[in-house]
Amino acid sequence: MSEEVKLMKGNEAIAHAAIRCGCDGYFGYPITPQSEVMETLMEVEPWKTTGMVVLQAESEVSSINMVYGGAATGKKVMTSSSSPGVSLMQEGISYLAGAELPALIVNVMRGGPGLGTIQPSQSDYFQTTKGGGHGDYRLIALAPASVQEMADFVGLAFDLAFKYRNPAIILADGVIGQMMEKVVLPDFKPRRTDEEVEKQCPWAATGRKMSRKNNIITSLELKPEVMEQNNLRFQAKYKQIEENEVRYEEILCDDAEYLLVAFGCSARICQKACEIARAEGIKLGLLRPITLWPFPTKAIAGYANKVKAMLSVELNAGQMVEDVRLAVNGKVPVEHYGRLGGIVFTPDEIVNAVKTKLM
Amino acid sequence: MALEDIIKPENLVYKKPDIMNDNPMHYCPGCSHGVVHKLVAEVIEEMGLVEDTIGVTPVGCAVFAYNYIDIDWEEAAHGRAPALATAIKRLRPNKLVFTYQGDGDLAAIGTAETIHACNRGESIAIIFINNGIYGMTGGQMAPTTIEGMKTATCPYGRDYKLNGYPLKITNQLKDLDGIRYVTRQSVQTAAAVRKAKKAIRKAFENCMDGKGGASVVEVVSTCSSGWKLSPEKANKWMEENMFPEYPLGDLIDKDANK
Amino acid sequence: MAKIKGAVVVNKDRCKGCQLCVVACPANVLAMSKQVNAKGYNYAIMANEDACVGCASCGIVCPDGCISVYKTKID
Repeated sequence: MSEEVKLMKGNEAIAHAAIRCGCDGYFGYPITPQSEVMETLMEVEPWKTTGMVVLQAESEVSSINMVYGGAATGKKVMTSSSSPGVSLMQEGISYLAGAELPALIVNVMRGGPGLGTIQPSQSDYFQTTKGGGHGDYRLIALAPASVQEMADFVGLAFDLAFKYRNPAIILADGVIGQMMEKVVLPDFKPRRTDEEVEKQCPWAATGRKMSRKNNIITSLELKPEVMEQNNLRFQAKYKQIEENEVRYEEILCDDAEYLLVAFGCSARICQKACEIARAEGIKLGLLRPITLWPFPTKAIAGYANKVKAMLSVELNAGQMVEDVRLAVNGKVPVEHYGRLGGIVFTPDEIVNAVKTKLM
Repeated sequence: MALEDIIKPENLVYKKPDIMNDNPMHYCPGCSHGVVHKLVAEVIEEMGLVEDTIGVTPVGCAVFAYNYIDIDWEEAAHGRAPALATAIKRLRPNKLVFTYQGDGDLAAIGTAETIHACNRGESIAIIFINNGIYGMTGGQMAPTTIEGMKTATCPYGRDYKLNGYPLKITNQLKDLDGIRYVTRQSVQTAAAVRKAKKAIRKAFENCMDGKGGASVVEVVSTCSSGWKLSPEKANKWMEENMFPEYPLGDLIDKDANK
Repeated sequence: MAKIKGAVVVNKDRCKGCQLCVVACPANVLAMSKQVNAKGYNYAIMANEDACVGCASCGIVCPDGCISVYKTKID
């Protein structure tokens, strides 16, 4: 069968991919620039075909807690929002991590702080990779750079979330959410039956079978000795994720003398910047982190021995650059170039930044 | 007749329900929570739903309800229990899904979740313990604290001018189209306990007959530690002061005249 | 004439001495012990065994599920 190529927005691709990967429930609240996710789901009405539940909640606070409730029963559940809405969700995300529940959160970032702007931004990098909510926890963070990856990462994020019993986040931005591109949607995968869910998730609150102890989904533990052990277990899990799940892409890196590090839509623009620079004789390469956590620290550390300098290109005031610097550990200069408030840089701007900041 | 002749298995007329385990409860002596826990457990057992129930605990004194009743549980963030219950019920429609919440959880921080879950007509039951005080955090003012009542954050008594009015939230919930049953009960006497049990049974049955609609059982309760009264005096104080503000009885029962 | 006889068994380790059962008993059967349990609470005891009719009011109001009630008819 030939692949069916479709043209759609990144936000629409998220919705279609969710239905196709056997998602059990979506709970959301409208916010620009991601409202097409729920709009698409409501238009397609998957509850009539796959049985997927789709519900518009009264707030982002409620939608993330619906996700928390659904995830606790072993179901494949997700929400999507944009920056201010994701700020409201941080409490629920911390609970998901604390109760070790698999779930998917999609953040189609817009500029902040505060109500900020509806234009694209990447200024939620800190929030996503450094905590956001309270406590020592980590989110598996995937950063798509195309509509195709918006579609592909839904299934991948769910797989990782269930593999590690940890919430995963797709950190997109207003550009990737809103732009239309060709996409091949994933094949249809049926939703798991309740029996399959119970087999895959013996920990889930599904109604206590008398053959087992009752399952209690909680992040609460008042005994400090036990709570420390819980945290050490989380940390061991995070270490395992750091060892196994780092994903990144290298573009024109083999002979690079200067390296750009960029994710999401910035990486798309950086790719063009590399071509322009090379036409001018500057050997510029691009390393694109696909997982923002776990961060491709080792790969970047490797390039610290090969290139003369690095430029972290982000739609923010300098967030990922801190992780790049930690990876490089002072071996070569690492600079940042960013635009703020919803402005998106041009490839020429980036080439110019390479020349002025690195050379 | 000697006691040992009476104390025989065939003569047993009352004991705590089997799914209420032997873990010592953390509640203070005389706390209404224990009685309501027992009723919830009894009704689940009597309806044969031990394997088909998912409970949601709040933040507050009842956070540890999951330690005492051997069913599957989820522990919610403060106030969010109805949002959790919404998703659980929609994803597992043949289960009995209920929340167990205090006045701070349900009527302060979780007001939005409570109202919207009820208004959507979710087929869930909400057990609402109203004792007019925050017990777990040490006796602060609740949304339901009545005028003049002293708490740690209104030490000279609740003053409407400073703190607003007690929120009679079930009075509002009863008017929502998604609501099926709202009742206000208490558990200070054996007769009251029997009535409260019937109400919980009705609420749970509503969740399971597929007709939809949310059911809320408010239990006007005591907090003898927070109120700084003996359990017996707390019951008396509740009857004299809480009941006039929160009169007992069904606020709405849409199945009543069908 | 048949007479109803009841008996109350209190799980004294679980009892917190709240006395609500004592108040609830219509026949003044229950009282608090002079001794204390492992947690230091005086616990409910049957002080007036003969009066118990096994109505279970004590058990029903007990917040801690400490009380089992037995009842039989004697001719």
